[in-house]
Amino acid sequence: MHRMIQSHATEFALLAVIIVISLVLSLSTDSFFTPGNAFDLLNSSSVNIIFAVGLLVVLIAGGIDISFAVAASVVQYVTAILLGWIGGGGWLSGLLIAGGAGVLLGAFNAFLIHKFRIISIVATIATFNIYFGLLMFFTRGVSIYNLPEWLTDRVILYEREMTDGSWIEITLPVLVMIICVVATWIFITRTTTGRQLYAFGDNPEGARRFGINIGAMQFIAFGWLGLMAGIGGLIQAHYAQEVVPNALYGRELDVLAAVVLGGARLGGGKGSVFGCVLGVLLISITQNGLNLAGVSPFAFRMIIGAIILAAITLSNTRLEKLLPFMRQEGGRG
Amino acid sequence: MSELARPKSGQKPLLSLRNINMTFGGIKALKNVSFDVLPGEVHCLAGENGSGKSTLIKIVTGVYRPEPGASIDYDGQTYSHMSPVTAQAAGIKVIWQDLALFPEMSVAENIAFQTVLGRWPRFVNYARMRETAIRALARLGVSLDVDLPLKEYPISQRQIVAIARALVGEAKLVFMDEPTASLTQSETDHLLDIVRTLSASGVAVVFVSHRLAEVLDISSRLTVLRDGALVGVYPATGMTQSRITELMTGKTFDHETRARDVSANPAMLEVEKFSRPGLFEDISFTVRRGETLGITGLLGAGRTELALSLFGMLKPRSGTIKIDGKPVRFSSNRDAIAAGVAYLSEDRLSLGLIQPQSIADNLVIASLDRITSGGLLSDDRKRALVARWIADLGIRIGRQGDAVSTLSGGNQQRIAIAKWLATDPKLLILDAPTVGVDVGARAGIFDIIAKLADSGLAIILISDEVPEVYFHADRVLHMAEGRIVNRFTPRDCTLQDIEAAVYA
Repeated sequence: MHRMIQSHATEFALLAVIIVISLVLSLSTDSFFTPGNAFDLLNSSSVNIIFAVGLLVVLIAGGIDISFAVAASVVQYVTAILLGWIGGGGWLSGLLIAGGAGVLLGAFNAFLIHKFRIISIVATIATFNIYFGLLMFFTRGVSIYNLPEWLTDRVILYEREMTDGSWIEITLPVLVMIICVVATWIFITRTTTGRQLYAFGDNPEGARRFGINIGAMQFIAFGWLGLMAGIGGLIQAHYAQEVVPNALYGRELDVLAAVVLGGARLGGGKGSVFGCVLGVLLISITQNGLNLAGVSPFAFRMIIGAIILAAITLSNTRLEKLLPFMRQEGGRG
Repeated sequence: MSELARPKSGQKPLLSLRNINMTFGGIKALKNVSFDVLPGEVHCLAGENGSGKSTLIKIVTGVYRPEPGASIDYDGQTYSHMSPVTAQAAGIKVIWQDLALFPEMSVAENIAFQTVLGRWPRFVNYARMRETAIRALARLGVSLDVDLPLKEYPISQRQIVAIARALVGEAKLVFMDEPTASLTQSETDHLLDIVRTLSASGVAVVFVSHRLAEVLDISSRLTVLRDGALVGVYPATGMTQSRITELMTGKTFDHETRARDVSANPAMLEVEKFSRPGLFEDISFTVRRGETLGITGLLGAGRTELALSLFGMLKPRSGTIKIDGKPVRFSSNRDAIAAGVAYLSEDRLSLGLIQPQSIADNLVIASLDRITSGGLLSDDRKRALVARWIADLGIRIGRQGDAVSTLSGGNQQRIAIAKWLATDPKLLILDAPTVGVDVGARAGIFDIIAKLADSGLAIILISDEVPEVYFHADRVLHMAEGRIVNRFTPRDCTLQDIEAAVYA
């Protein structure tokens, strides 16, 4: 148990912070600690979690991506237009188009990074501007409201009235999110390619000497994030029931903060899917709780910034320092 | 002497290189080199930094392609060049100097990493991976917790992991690039035992090093390179470190201790009952003007921690320091520099020098206040200061604006020393000043140290190579487990006396 806590220190620290914040919020508001609110949180966090597990893969491979959120907006427009051409489509064709377009946009980042040796933060700041500029230029900032019906209809997979009168429901975004989370987990922890990505992020020169194909690693990492961005974009359009060009603008920093909060290291080789999901949830829970507590939305960012700092400090400090009694339990010195 | 390492005469080589040429940016890194390794032998490949040893390994393992005309005969096949994948599949393994391990991944995954290679994704078999890793470690007679991340282990254990990794699969030829550079004597002895075991089981081992004394008695042959050309192949029997040094450098060195009696000089640094529990305890000594005090001991003896305290970077719990007779108390290394203490860090590559920055910028970084004019940095004064120290220390450079990373190890170390001399110190602490510096260039570093001592500077020379302190210091302190356990005067004892105490 001691070792388990030690090797997953970040995840346990995050869980602890989430529990503390939830306790405080449930004492200070009536509506936070209800099943209905919990499921609302899950439904509304789904898109960010999908983005986050995609970004996690890029961070593990030692890169960073600023462009994925606006890329998701581009995907929304491209998908909406292509679906119009093919006469409406359905969930399958929608996911294929959105995923495919996302992969292409991600691959373009990988191409710039690998072919021209541009460091990923610079390359993706450039593509962030290019993607967003193209989007605003061609759409003139106009939103799309007449989406196909199948896309805007809410899909409720499970619903039930609770004894306390609150209404719980699980919607399609949650299912898609769970599939993306599980797929990413299997990909990075259970497949050889995933382990190569970890190794590449941990020690690129070491990986190269083993004959690992460095270019392929970049395309796979950014392609995976592109796929998640595409799927996340489509789900966000479904959830919002409209496509607005700047709806996702700025989302990249929220997601990046959540992923780093979840223990992923800028610089590569480290990060877990579980931590990443907890990171997103921590931020969502805080935001939701503050909302319910009637705190001014203008104070949100300030408080969330403070929580990110506190959580990062907690997870970087060795557990033994915070909990001196852990030290007596043996384990490695 | 190991009988196992002795090859039978007339044996067919496992590896045979002919006509190996390699050019980097107009400079010939290898000139028509030949190199043979017999099956199951232990072979030393010696040469200074830049002599072409690493380039040769990278050709054998497929990282580089030799120029046309080369032939690589290995295990009955002829290749014009190798690739990393073919080399590994054919049983050629390398333990790189920087180990090329993955610190965040588990020990098991590091050792059995080749099981996750391959172009197409497969599911990872963690159970098989653990088994492979445990078996490879067992072959070395070591047991480690294979589930822990590698970063939890110290460098010496990581070395073991790197060796275990080389043994996974069918290893026939293992290159070890500077394997002892970061090991203490007892760890080195353990490594040599492992090499004996390997050789006995038919694996050929090639040692690449510029510190070969320790591996000579288990080797059968020695190949020496100098400036990218083959000097010769020699039987290891009867070879000595000084003979190898001559072959590597083409120069002869005389060894005589330069220890002098400076007890009449006034004290520069007086340390009294200096303690920081857990790191060092009850340390008292004096260094005089013009004196070189050697401090030796195994890795982890507290030498570097003591040095960091004298330089104000670690706070002692108790004890006093006097400089020039005046008590001082450092709350940071800025105070120490102001009081005339300079510290040349043991890790020059990452801590001592800023590699991508220019020679001039590195040299003046600790003495920026001396090159201002009207409150602003003056380029003229900077150039003059740099030119003075370059000339004083005989450093060969291209231009002052070239990056430090373009210099050889020896010249980088001189720049690091010059950086501190430019602060006009009274006490210079040199922590492992010859790590990564060639034998030929080491003599130059020690000439500089001797000259500085003669000019009145007090010097503390820290090294885990006992001969360095024996030959170059006036007095020697031996530290173990944070305490001074012996005090030697090289004039009155032999090198063996100190070595026996340190490696006991």
